[in-house]
Amino acid sequence: EDQVNFRGFMRTLAHFRPIEDNEKSKDHNGPEPLNSRSNKLHFAFRLYDLDKDDKISRDELLQVLRMMVGVNISDEQLGSIADRTIQEADQDGDSAISFAEFVKVLEKVDVEQKMSIRFLH
Amino acid sequence: GFHLYHRLPRLMPESCILIAIGALVGVIIFASDHKSPPVMNTSIYFLYLLPPIILEEGYFMPTRPFFENIGSILWWSVPGALLNSFGIGLSLYGVCQIEAFGLSDLNLLQNLLFGSMISAVDPVAALVVFEEASVNEQLYMMIFGESLLNDGITVVLYNIFIAFIQMHKYEEIESIDVLAGFARFFVVGLGGVLFGVVFGFVSALMTRFTSNVSAIEPLLVFMFSYLSYLSAETLYISGILAMTACAVTMKKYVEENVSQNSYTTIKYFMKMLSSVSETLIFVFMGVSTVGKNHEWNWAFISFTLLLCLIWRTLSVFALFYITNKFRTYPFTFKDQLIISYSGLRGASSFSLAFLLPDNLFPRKKLFITATLVVIYFTVYIQGITIGPLVRYLDVKKTNKKESINEEIHVRLMDHLKAGIEDICGHWSHYQLRDKFKKFDNKYLKKILIREHQPKSRIVSLYKKMEIKLAIEMAESGVKMSKPSTTSSQSRRNQPVQRLSPADVESMRDVLAHNLYQVRQRAPTYNRHNLCTYTNEKQAQEILIRQQHSFRQSCRKGNSLPWGRQANTAEVRYLSLPQGPGQLSGRKARRVTFTGKGSAL
Repeated sequence: EDQVNFRGFMRTLAHFRPIEDNEKSKDHNGPEPLNSRSNKLHFAFRLYDLDKDDKISRDELLQVLRMMVGVNISDEQLGSIADRTIQEADQDGDSAISFAEFVKVLEKVDVEQKMSIRFLH
Repeated sequence: GFHLYHRLPRLMPESCILIAIGALVGVIIFASDHKSPPVMNTSIYFLYLLPPIILEEGYFMPTRPFFENIGSILWWSVPGALLNSFGIGLSLYGVCQIEAFGLSDLNLLQNLLFGSMISAVDPVAALVVFEEASVNEQLYMMIFGESLLNDGITVVLYNIFIAFIQMHKYEEIESIDVLAGFARFFVVGLGGVLFGVVFGFVSALMTRFTSNVSAIEPLLVFMFSYLSYLSAETLYISGILAMTACAVTMKKYVEENVSQNSYTTIKYFMKMLSSVSETLIFVFMGVSTVGKNHEWNWAFISFTLLLCLIWRTLSVFALFYITNKFRTYPFTFKDQLIISYSGLRGASSFSLAFLLPDNLFPRKKLFITATLVVIYFTVYIQGITIGPLVRYLDVKKTNKKESINEEIHVRLMDHLKAGIEDICGHWSHYQLRDKFKKFDNKYLKKILIREHQPKSRIVSLYKKMEIKLAIEMAESGVKMSKPSTTSSQSRRNQPVQRLSPADVESMRDVLAHNLYQVRQRAPTYNRHNLCTYTNEKQAQEILIRQQHSFRQSCRKGNSLPWGRQANTAEVRYLSLPQGPGQLSGRKARRVTFTGKGSAL
């Protein structure tokens, strides 16, 4: 539906809470908190994966790329960029990026810092 | 020439070239006349050359990040300046006591004065380097805030010490006088700020009524700022701080009131004036290098240099250690290193040195020489090396080769973060700011801003586009086609080709040039360029495209753009507006972004 209630809003924003140091050492005896690295990555993954099949297909990637890029790039160029992206990430050969592959590609990136906002302090 | 040849700013800050030119001019004058070249005196500097620079700094200050970090900035500038001046002064006094250097006639007060003079930092050159290396906003604001406040504080200290020295008998200075000096420091500083704020409000009020005489609006702005400076100076409170406060206060309201042309005029004129002043000051500095008013003393000069560096580093690390306890974004060691290295001295210390009254300072020339040496050293050596240093420290952390995946995804995350920050960004601040905003909206804006807002550019663009699209629609009927969907589906079954490295490189280039930049919350500060227009162009492109696709989805007859239809590519874009009501909200947001000034 097209409405967001406060709970949903809060849940979305909770993904962006920075990871505190004391949380890192806590052992996981409950469900993983919403702002863990894996959940943050999952949030970004869901932005791509519009039909929610847990895979980023070439079309979905193209759509997002099209939004991020200026009007000067032709469709073919964009298509080859999308192809290359999938090539780099894809390991099981299904021409789509699964969540595990997505995580692997971004293993060197400091996701905790990029997807954290300090609010309410 | 300097600005056209754009490789040069990467090599050295502009101050270097300016000083070199000044020195050249000085050499010419000296060689031809054998007379001392024209020099500045107090009135010229303080009345004419300094105010434009201060005004420009205050006016173009990005207010929101400044006030977000105001605690740290105040804590760093004020005690930092004090620590530096007293530290250098006292250490130099200690050095002077050593008989071997022949400096024992410099008493404590003179050394303290010298310390306060020499700790006047001019980090604008460092700021330019930072912009290129795109350091994080916090670091940027710290140095910016420091440069803004440092001028005022140093001048205040300078005046206090001169007043002390003018009480001839050194031994008669009792503790009461020292206390009076402290009190005066605070009065002068805070009084200046209050004064400036009052003037800012008055001038904002006046601009409310000038809709019919818009030609005098720039004049109003400049006149009031200058008035605030002059009147503050006559009352012996800090004119620099007054003018800064006036500019900051004024800016928000004046920008709403003033017509588009006046706004452009003000911006450009201010930049022009400040560039002129800065150039003149540096040229004077170069000119006076060549001349007969020098006195060289190895010990004094080398110790001064050494102590400047040592004390700055010390104060940085000490103060930031304490600040980091209270901040949520602590400054890393790398940040602190950069800050301590960016203590370039500039025109202010030179001018203050030059303006020392001769009768009180028999060894004035020594001071001038030492100041000049420090300036040259910091500007040339530190200025040239700070660029590579920043790049080295940054590059060390990031990977050399990013895959295309990483680039795209990281960019997505940056955009995402910027978007979410916009949604919730207002909450991350103190209650005080919310209260101020409410007060502002209820009272101040009603008083100070006119009824009929002039339309900003983006709103008129939007209107034009609406009209154009309406005409198009009427002419071409409802024919709509999406040629790209069919082609993409047919290509899906083709095998993916391996791409050569050359292709990858070209791809990376294409991406680098065409990926939209993440919208920055604070416009960056650059003395010589106004805000870049590429951001605005991108915003317009995005807006146009969103309007277009929204219209397409509307025209399809299916009023819900999120209807699940597998054969169209009209799958829901998460960023598209979801209804006509939201459209105006988005438009309003664009207005505050591309419009004038910071969105509070």
